[in-house]
Parts: sequence; structure tokens; C-alpha cells
Amino acid sequence: MEDKLILGGHTFDSRFILGSGKFSLDLVQAVAEQGGAQIITLALRRANEGGAENIMEYIPDGITLLPNTSGARTAEEALRIARLARAIGCGDFVKVEVIRDSKYLLPDNYETLKATEMLVREGFIVLPYMYPDLNVARALVDAGAAAVMPLAAPIGSNKGLATKEFIQILVDEIDLPIIVDAGIGRPSQACEAMEMGVDAIMANTAIATAGDVKQMASAFKLAIEAGRRGYLAGMGRVLHRQAEASSPLTGFLED
Amino acid sequence: MHLNNISHMDYLPDMEIIQSDIMEKVLDYMEAYDADSYTAQDVQRALQKEWLTIEDYGALLSPAALPYLEQMAQKAKQETAKHFGTSVCLFTPLYIANYCENHCVYCGFNCHNHIHRAKLTMDEIEQELQAIAATGLQEILLLTGESRTASSVEYIGEAVKLAARYFRNVGIEIYPLNTEEYRYLNQCGADFVSVYQETYNTDKYEQVHLSGHKRVFPYRFYAQERALQGGMRGVAFGALLGLDNFRKDAFAAGLHAYYTQQKYPQADISFSCPRMRPYINNAENNPNDVHETQLLQVMLAYRLFLPFAGITISTRERAGFRDNVVGMCATKISAGVRTSVGGHEEEQKGDEQFEISDSRSVEEVDAMLRQRGLQPVYIDHVRV
Repeated sequence: MEDKLILGGHTFDSRFILGSGKFSLDLVQAVAEQGGAQIITLALRRANEGGAENIMEYIPDGITLLPNTSGARTAEEALRIARLARAIGCGDFVKVEVIRDSKYLLPDNYETLKATEMLVREGFIVLPYMYPDLNVARALVDAGAAAVMPLAAPIGSNKGLATKEFIQILVDEIDLPIIVDAGIGRPSQACEAMEMGVDAIMANTAIATAGDVKQMASAFKLAIEAGRRGYLAGMGRVLHRQAEASSPLTGFLED
Repeated sequence: MHLNNISHMDYLPDMEIIQSDIMEKVLDYMEAYDADSYTAQDVQRALQKEWLTIEDYGALLSPAALPYLEQMAQKAKQETAKHFGTSVCLFTPLYIANYCENHCVYCGFNCHNHIHRAKLTMDEIEQELQAIAATGLQEILLLTGESRTASSVEYIGEAVKLAARYFRNVGIEIYPLNTEEYRYLNQCGADFVSVYQETYNTDKYEQVHLSGHKRVFPYRFYAQERALQGGMRGVAFGALLGLDNFRKDAFAAGLHAYYTQQKYPQADISFSCPRMRPYINNAENNPNDVHETQLLQVMLAYRLFLPFAGITISTRERAGFRDNVVGMCATKISAGVRTSVGGHEEEQKGDEQFEISDSRSVEEVDAMLRQRGLQPVYIDHVRV
């Protein structure tokens, strides 16, 4: 059986979503190629309408744009940014980002849920960026989200799977693609998330701040593929260090 | 208007008073700050942390941190990359008037300085805006001298409305306003407010602000809070380095921003780092003991204390300094700058506020950034 990522009825071979916000634009195409990314996020606040530097000109053909609502502080603002994105030709996908904290940039789950409800009603394919909370994730499913994008660690921190336990709960309980977004700093962390059963990884800072961004994009591609194969193969037994008790606890059984 | 018979700590009748304890906290901390009490160990400890305490910040601003400037720079570069990637925002200031009612002894616009005063008409402003927009810039900062009489809030509001037609981001650097006046300018299209306290030493503040509304320290101090309450997206802070003890002033400016962001977590926060410059009729005005090394120390300390805050690098500094601090700690750079009234489209109409050191065009600054592997960003906010 083919292993595809399906988002809002669209099928993708790659499970690597590339963030574009922290790159020099002329690198985006090469990085997307090296990383085999088929989806690239686009911060609408950076998209010029006919200005000197139009980010959309740098997005390679055949790539699905995932505009985000960064800069939005309320659900209302996210809705207006998404409408603007659609109006300038970014398509129906939207990554909801509602952030009311300029220090840690943590998503506001309450406003994110409200924005998701509003955007789904307007026919968008909605991928909400959220703090990994099971109750909110369930509400996002009910609201019609196409995936759930929990953060692994504060955005830009490259700290890896700081919220691992909670992401695992989402993987186990939520019947939507789980895309880990924010905080993944190394290919091995992306691999680990994929082994857990996460459906895709989004990365930006880890690649943008690497010494050789193209090579790092390629490393992420391989790590994500390796983690996915490991997950599909079914993890083998992992031996722990603790010795087993010498006198068996089940020795009293007579049958 | 001469107001030197009033106390610099008392509000004048039309000045709005808001509920806040930030000034008290900042001044208390600053009072207790002794830059000479820190040791190399304090600096090393601060450099190991991801989020600095106020004490750590004090250590990085102290003389004990000077031998660690390179380590501070290395760490600042990482933090800047983490929070801003390779992006550097570009903008330019437009001075629309230079009338001023304040007597600030360090400033070329001060009301007793004999310079050519001017105020652009709306037609002239539009011509300037068109000329600047033609360079590709999408963010503009409108400035006036501080005169409510010559440059009324309504006049500034009309200028903001015009600017918002040509630019996606409009900031203002004008005299402090009441909350409702900020709300009005926000509705006209401005969403970022810069107000610099100059010095946080209230005694020194009194000595250098001899007359005018600016003499009232607390009204100026709370301008950022009133701006945020009036709906502005972000605010900038800064001390004029070299006016008084720059370590204490930078310490206070950092805390002013820190407490304001804590109270208004959604606010975008940024710093400017002006040093004193020569101006017409005062060629001797200079930054005293704030040399480039000290200026860089302050900028790095801002970056490490509040790694998410924007830092703007002024054309007061030479090109070689500006080029090296973008991407390391600065995240915003002006280009194609005139500090005179007008002068982008036609002859300047009024004299400049201070001498600039970097007269490069937008194209030249853009090329410099690319050559350094940085990404020139012309727009970083969508107003909806």
C-alpha cells in the first residue's frame, strides 16, 4: 500500500513541510528541492503585493503553498489574513497561527479554535498550529480542521520534543494527521517524532540557521523518511537496563 | 512656552494619568544598579543562560562584561538567528516638521536653536511619500519636532492617512500623546510608536529639558503604555546614550521594555540606540564615553536580555558599524535617510535634527544585506 500524506483531500508523497520565514528567499527553491518538500509555508505579512521583493516569485512550481496567519492576535485577524491570502492567489490551504505573546510566541489555543471554526465555514483547508492539548485537539477535529499542528518546543528554540508525551497522546487519540511544528532543531529529533507516529514535520529555523542549509534540508528529508519507515515497520523490543526480579510474581498460578 | 517653573515630575493639566507602577519599578531598580559591583563570574553565568534575569542583564551591561564582548556577540548572533532568521527590516524616516517647543540642550531641533524651521504641506508630504515609495520601501516612520501648536495631532493624522496609502507600515515618532489621541492616529493608519526617554535619571532629565512639555518626565515615560492602550501594535524604547551614565540608562530602558511587554504580552517591542551627535550650532555635541565598543555592549545586552525584541540601527552610526551589527543584534536598518524636513523629492525645506553618518540609498543597503547573506525584508506586518 502506498504511504501518502493526505491533507484536506490533497495527497502528498513528502512528509516534510518547509517554513520559509527565516530564509534568504533565493535559497528557498534549492532547499525545497534538497528537502523534497512539497509544501512550503508563506507568511502573508511578508508577501508583497507588487513590491520590490515578492516572496511568491521564489516559490518553485509544483509546490503547494501553505499561507500562515502569523501576526494575527485574534481569530478575527486570522480570518482577515486568510481571506487576503486567498485573494492574492495562495489557494485554500491555511495554517492558523494566532499568537498574543511576543516573547515566547506560544499559540493561543482558544483563539486558534475560534479561527478554525470560522475558516472552515468559509471553505478553507485549515491546519491549526496549537499547544498540544488533547481537549483542544478534539475540539479542532469537531471544528473541521484538516490536521493538527502541535508544537514540539517554543518556536525557533531548536529544543526538540519538549512536549513529547503530549504529542504522543494526540497521535494515539486524534484521527487527523498530526504535524509537528516548531521546536524541531535536529534531524534526529524529526526522526524521533516520525517514529512516534507523527504524520509530518514542519521545520524552518533548524534549517535556516544551519551552516549549510541545503545539506541540512537533505538531512531532514532522510531523517523524516527513516522515522516514517521505522514507524511503519513497527518498533522492535527495546531492552531496558533494570534486572528482572529473581522470584517471579506469577509463580502462585496453579493451572 | 516656558515651563521651567514647574516640577519635572508633575503632570500638566491636559496630560492623562494612567494606572501603572512600571515607572516606580524601573526607577527603583535603576537606583540600586551598581555597574561596578559585577564580576567576571557574574558575566559568565549570564552567558550560560537562555533567559536572563534582571541581575544577569545588569552584569552584561557592566564594565566586567567588556572582556566578554566577543562571547556576547557570538551568543547574540545565535539568538538573533533563532528569533529573526536572516531577516532584516528596511525603513526610512520622513521628517514632516521641525518646529519644537522644548528646550532640550542636546538636540538640534531645540526651540532656542536658530535653524530653518518648516512644516510640509499635505501636497509636499505626498510628493515625499511618492519619492520614497519609488525606492521600494514599504515601511515609513513619520517624525515631527515636538510642537502641538505647529504640528497638531490632526495635522499628523492627515499625514498618517496619506502615508498609509503608499506604505504598508506607518510608524510615528512625535511628542507623547494621550490614549485617545493614539487611538485616533492608529485609526488613521499608524501602528507603531517610538518615544525615547533620553535619560532615566530624573535629576539629569530636569537639567537637560529646560522648558516645554517634554520636561514632564512621567508623562513621557508612560507614552508607550498609552500607545498600547490606544490600540498600537508595537512600541520602541531608547535612551540617548552619552547624555548621562549610559550603563544605568540602558539598564533602565531595558527594564522599561521588559515590564511593558510583561504587562502587554501581545505588544511588539523594539529598541533604538541613539548616541549623541553633532548638530547645527553645536558641532561639539558628542556621545562622551559611549564609544563604539560601549554602544555595541549595550546593543548586545538588549539582544541577550530580550532576544525577541527588535533593535534598530541608526544612521547616526557609520556604515562599517551598521553593516556588522545587522544580523548580529540589530534587526532593522534605515536607508535613504534625510533628517531634514523634506529632501527626498525636492530641496529640503527645514534644517536637519542631527548629522547622519551613513547616507547610502535603499538599493545600496539592500545589496549590502544580500552580500552578507541576510534577507532584506520590506514588509513584516499585514494590517487587517
